[in-house]
Amino acid sequence: MIRLWLVFALTMITAAPLRAAVDIQEVMSPGGINAWLVEEHSIPFVALEIRFKGGASLDPKDKRGAINLMTGLIEEGAGDMDARAFAEARDALAASFDFDVWDDALSVSARFLTENRAEAVALLRAALVNPRFDQDAVDRVRGQVLSGIRSDATDPNTIANRTFDAMLYGDHPYATSRDGTLESVNALTRDDIVAAHRAVLTRDRIHVGASGDISADELGAILDDLLGDLPAEGAPLPGDVVPRVAGGVTVVPFETPQSVALFGHEGIPRDDEDFFPAFVANQVFGGNGRQSRLSLEVREERGLTYSVGSVLVNYDYADMVLGQFASANDRVAAAIDVVKDEWARIAAEGVSETELEEVKTYLTGAYPLRFDGNGPIARIMVGMQTIGLTPDYITTRNDQVNAVTLEDVRRVVKRIYQPENLHFVVVGQPEGLESTN
Amino acid sequence: MRRFKAAILPLFIVFAAPLGAAEVTDFTLENGMEVVVLEDHRAPAVVHMVWYRVGAADEPPGKSGIAHFLEHLMFKATDELEPGELSDTVARNGGSDNAFTAYDYTAYFQRVAADRLELMMQMEASRMDGLRLVPEDIATERDVVIEERNQRTENDPGALFGEQRRAAQFLSHPYGTPIIGWKHEAEALTLEDAQKFYERHYGPNNAILVVAGDVAPDEVRRLAETYYGVIPPNPNVLPRNRVVEPPHLAERRLLYADARVGQPYVIRTYLAPERDAGSQEEAAALTLLAELLGGSGTTSYFAEKLQFDTQTAVYTSAFYSGRALDDANFGLVIVPTDDVSLEDAEAALDDAVAAFMKDGVDSANLERIKMQILASEIYAQDNIGSLARAYGAALTSGLTVEDVDAWPDILASISEEAIMEAAERVFDRKNAVTGWLMREDAKEVTQ
Repeated sequence: MIRLWLVFALTMITAAPLRAAVDIQEVMSPGGINAWLVEEHSIPFVALEIRFKGGASLDPKDKRGAINLMTGLIEEGAGDMDARAFAEARDALAASFDFDVWDDALSVSARFLTENRAEAVALLRAALVNPRFDQDAVDRVRGQVLSGIRSDATDPNTIANRTFDAMLYGDHPYATSRDGTLESVNALTRDDIVAAHRAVLTRDRIHVGASGDISADELGAILDDLLGDLPAEGAPLPGDVVPRVAGGVTVVPFETPQSVALFGHEGIPRDDEDFFPAFVANQVFGGNGRQSRLSLEVREERGLTYSVGSVLVNYDYADMVLGQFASANDRVAAAIDVVKDEWARIAAEGVSETELEEVKTYLTGAYPLRFDGNGPIARIMVGMQTIGLTPDYITTRNDQVNAVTLEDVRRVVKRIYQPENLHFVVVGQPEGLESTN
Repeated sequence: MRRFKAAILPLFIVFAAPLGAAEVTDFTLENGMEVVVLEDHRAPAVVHMVWYRVGAADEPPGKSGIAHFLEHLMFKATDELEPGELSDTVARNGGSDNAFTAYDYTAYFQRVAADRLELMMQMEASRMDGLRLVPEDIATERDVVIEERNQRTENDPGALFGEQRRAAQFLSHPYGTPIIGWKHEAEALTLEDAQKFYERHYGPNNAILVVAGDVAPDEVRRLAETYYGVIPPNPNVLPRNRVVEPPHLAERRLLYADARVGQPYVIRTYLAPERDAGSQEEAAALTLLAELLGGSGTTSYFAEKLQFDTQTAVYTSAFYSGRALDDANFGLVIVPTDDVSLEDAEAALDDAVAAFMKDGVDSANLERIKMQILASEIYAQDNIGSLARAYGAALTSGLTVEDVDAWPDILASISEEAIMEAAERVFDRKNAVTGWLMREDAKEVTQ
């Protein structure tokens, strides 16, 4: 059935994109801790995001996994409370504290009700400043970490990532898993955990975002209370590493019906003047939203995979362009050929005017939709701070996307798609595919 | 540490989230399409979802996977849209879109700026009765689905084990068949299969529209009448009439070994009643029972007995989700520490359940859980998308808006005695499947 159709669709497409409607205040606590705040008083709770730069990269070389294990122990007893007493107190307040760590940061994602904010903050403070690291808790959580390491050892996705990391990053911490190994984690002592806490949770590398039912003055007081008693300085941060890999294929034999393929090479820094053209180009090539070239060619046209994409990855100390897909063992070689062809094609030809305009409308329209809720807003604000952006970035970001020209893209694709350096790591039993060196 | 939840089971949201959005409006169009509007004016965005009361449990025998395959094909051509045009148009408007298939429902959604709602409705209405399947789309999209099955199931021993467990749990009911389909059946699905399924189940009288975000109910009604209201009801749609499970007389046990298993574990599921419209008390008691037994890795009964008092397990869990049209599962999981056998782990789990039945409910723990239920009503308002999803899932699982709104109060009203009585009823080994997921090299030892 044909209904009122075309006129309407055309008018909607040209409608102006939204502006993100967030009003960020910069708050300086009396004790000198800086935070970004979005006041939103309609729901009586606050989402608080705290991030300590450095994260698991600060592990001493022979103690890999110490910071990951420490992170798992922050909530396992603090002050005069053992693990269960702490959890009971937290649950009675209906507060939640999530601790996570990766190679660039340790993050704390907290949310608590307005009605018992003071008690929740006191509890979180105890965990951050006075964690107990009781030996029984260390051993219990260590068992969980070891179990995860054993599971990962037979997971093709993890094997692919670990293999590629080891090839790319030399002796930088990025080369090894933040979880550590069975041996390194088994060898960790309580003293190592205490040292890990001392190295990472320090005042010189904190970024804070808060969103919800709280005023600037209230937030300032909380910051000093929560973080003011942490040590001033942490362990030295690692240096940059240039990921180096020769073009080709590395096959890791693993008995499973579907091969996992991970591919890429060095990328472009976030603060490079050509970052936005690169970001827009990759959106055309392997991004989500509008059907990307990779998805169109590998999935839609040929049915070779369920999902394929590529991303510009900007770690604090390295930049990559990375992609991934999975295909049955007898089809993965064909899929790799398609990816290689597309990699060469975009490097040689750039993108079309239509492609450029379509990804711009997608990117600029999708951006304001990210700010949907206190938790996401707090996380976005911290993410911006860690890469050195200012609050006004939110209002200028879409202009930077819109300013990208076809010429900008043509220039940058030669940098970010280098067919001769494109390397594939394939885990599985791929047919007709062998390691190249 | 929460890593095991993701590794072993889908994450069950214990309180099944639909907890008091700010403003909920519901009405029904003349052609039978139900509409639910959730208002949230904090951001100028909207989630637009259409839910069909048809899922994998409504498939004809031998055609497993057809509900999910059709969901993929719904992104191809319609009378008004080219293949892929719907998603590309959403993207050009800065939105995102997707779809998902479960046992009891299939849902399609877009998230976009609120002023684009009309365009979303126009396109979604187009594929409600105007899907135009062509042979060229079938073969490649079926390959995509097989690769999806490879990725989700064939490459994951835990998923293969879960499939076998469900097949053993349900003697006759289609909940025992995988949603994505058995591989040999999914590989053989045809255009005709998809067309027949579409013609039988899709139409406004089998659909629920959920719109959530910066919208006014009157405007949603006007748009819904303009785009969906003009579609005539599909006369082929019949009330769902699923097979009824026969009595379960024999406990079932599974041993599954795979060289790709890194961490063995024991899982047991019991057949359990689901939430029914106007009668959710038993399901509420089971929801609280699961939370008390295994909801927290620190304070639950299992954590205390198996991870703190003894070092038997690295992870334990009890899970239950009553949001289903037909009988659900109540499940127990134990992941043993490295030096504990699966046999000893299962025995320890049994002992813990027996001890709980003797000890009864810890009042302080129940009070904390109820506090968290109250708070979840506040936190839930912050995520309008998941609220929308919760209403859609409930309404396609035999519940009403009133049931959804009553759920938190019912949970709060359940007594300790009611929880223990529900536990007595659910822990019947004749209804249970106990499975061991093992490393390949462990097979000889246990047989």
